[in-house]
Amino acid sequence: MPVTTIEGHQIHVDDEGFMTEYDEWSEDLSKVLAAQIGIDLSDEHWQAIRFLRSDFAEQGETATLRRVSVQGGIPTKRLFQLFPKKPAKKMAYIAGLPKPQGCV
Amino acid sequence: MRNLLILGAGTAGTMIANKLRKRLPREDWQITIVDRDDRHHYQPGYLFMPFGTYTEKQVVRSRHAFLPDGVDFVIADIDQVDPEASTVALTDGRNLPYDYLVIATGTTPRPDETPGMLGPEWRKSIFDFYTLEGSAALAKTLEHFDRGRLVVHVTEMPIKCPVAPLEFVFLAEAWLRGRGVRDRVELTYVTPLPGAFTKPAASEHLGSMLDERKIALEADFMVESIDNEAKTLVSYDEREIPFDLLVTVPLNMGADFVARSGMGDELNYVPVDKHTLQSKKYANVFAVGDASDIPASKAGSVAHFAVDIFVHNFLELIEGRPMTESFDGHANCFVESGDGKGLLIDFNYDTEPLPGRFPLPKVGPLDLLKESRANHLGKLAFRHIYWNVLLPGRPMPIPTHMSMAGKVTTSENKEK
Repeated sequence: MPVTTIEGHQIHVDDEGFMTEYDEWSEDLSKVLAAQIGIDLSDEHWQAIRFLRSDFAEQGETATLRRVSVQGGIPTKRLFQLFPKKPAKKMAYIAGLPKPQGCV
Repeated sequence: MRNLLILGAGTAGTMIANKLRKRLPREDWQITIVDRDDRHHYQPGYLFMPFGTYTEKQVVRSRHAFLPDGVDFVIADIDQVDPEASTVALTDGRNLPYDYLVIATGTTPRPDETPGMLGPEWRKSIFDFYTLEGSAALAKTLEHFDRGRLVVHVTEMPIKCPVAPLEFVFLAEAWLRGRGVRDRVELTYVTPLPGAFTKPAASEHLGSMLDERKIALEADFMVESIDNEAKTLVSYDEREIPFDLLVTVPLNMGADFVARSGMGDELNYVPVDKHTLQSKKYANVFAVGDASDIPASKAGSVAHFAVDIFVHNFLELIEGRPMTESFDGHANCFVESGDGKGLLIDFNYDTEPLPGRFPLPKVGPLDLLKESRANHLGKLAFRHIYWNVLLPGRPMPIPTHMSMAGKVTTSENKEK
């Protein structure tokens, strides 16, 4: 598993840069990860990210877009505006969670 | 007397009833199975109906005929489960108590969940083929379709039989070619996935099969609505795909009573342990087949292998012993590719579909992830096996756990 350093934080990531250790994440790190993919985090972004973090802690899996919209209360359309093009991947990346599993 | 209550007399429910009736003494165990009607559909047959290969008679039989003596078959709609009281309320007012409950009510297409899908163009230029009615209606329309844009579309994952939309587009391509109108039809495959399929090796292989057939791939497409007037699919990121004929796979969801009972996730699937299929919340509740939330294909083969594990474990559980078998997510699917050929894919939770040879006693090895005539014949033969071997719970010549025998792994591939 590759290790990378972002602004002094050592983190474990997969081949595509998704963090693999839940506890290595911090809100500060999140801002850096978001900036890397061109996103400036607003309160609404944080609402989504905090939902993903707490849902992962309970479920052990990265939430799907549908789950964020149904359980997290943020409409899918809005998620596409907040995290353009690939919201599921981008949210997971910023929230320091594994890449959402392509369903089977 | 103890009660085993099975909700749903489809593939998983019927197999469980057959296998457990043989194993549970009648003087100790009552087995009851509930379904809303007496029509058992061979769902893989829907794929062939639009092309005239199968008729309705070949894909529908009586559920009753496949249930053994000594099983009570109740025809009723389910209102809700009270898992605390271990009872199931039916909409006709009856209340069924249970010691153990198996939820096997599958998943169904929900065209009403996508704005515009059930609009004025529904079953005129917008069709599904995951229902008998949809497939039959599409057959009539395809007969006269000889030019324009044919779009095959998947709304959202997971769907049951995730290869079926690809099979449909392959069959449609061959069928149009056979009628001499292929060059007048533009074919597009639209999917929310980043590629043709879910797993890398299969996605690449199936993707190149789309290329070879000049079928355009529109990936990462999350549909927001369907514009009936303009006849376009509209995505959340504001892409538009025009169609003359749209064949869509609507959002799939588990049964509504699961939601009413507070036992489902956001798609009404029952959260279970992926190795035992036991409810994460209630030790006397299991969900088998498409009704559960396990990260495996929603497919008959998965239901079949999962039933084998469940039956073994259930017999241990009721004797107060630990459950010793573990389901590995095994799936084994024939994929029709047109022109009388097909592929076979065999995979599980941990191993993606790989190329190689699949050993099959008596019949001989079948090609994996590669088109062959034998795979197509296997797919057609399966309808007979389904009715006569699988549903009655007779032994099948395919191992319950996925085997690596014959499979070629990536490192070996590279060496060649």
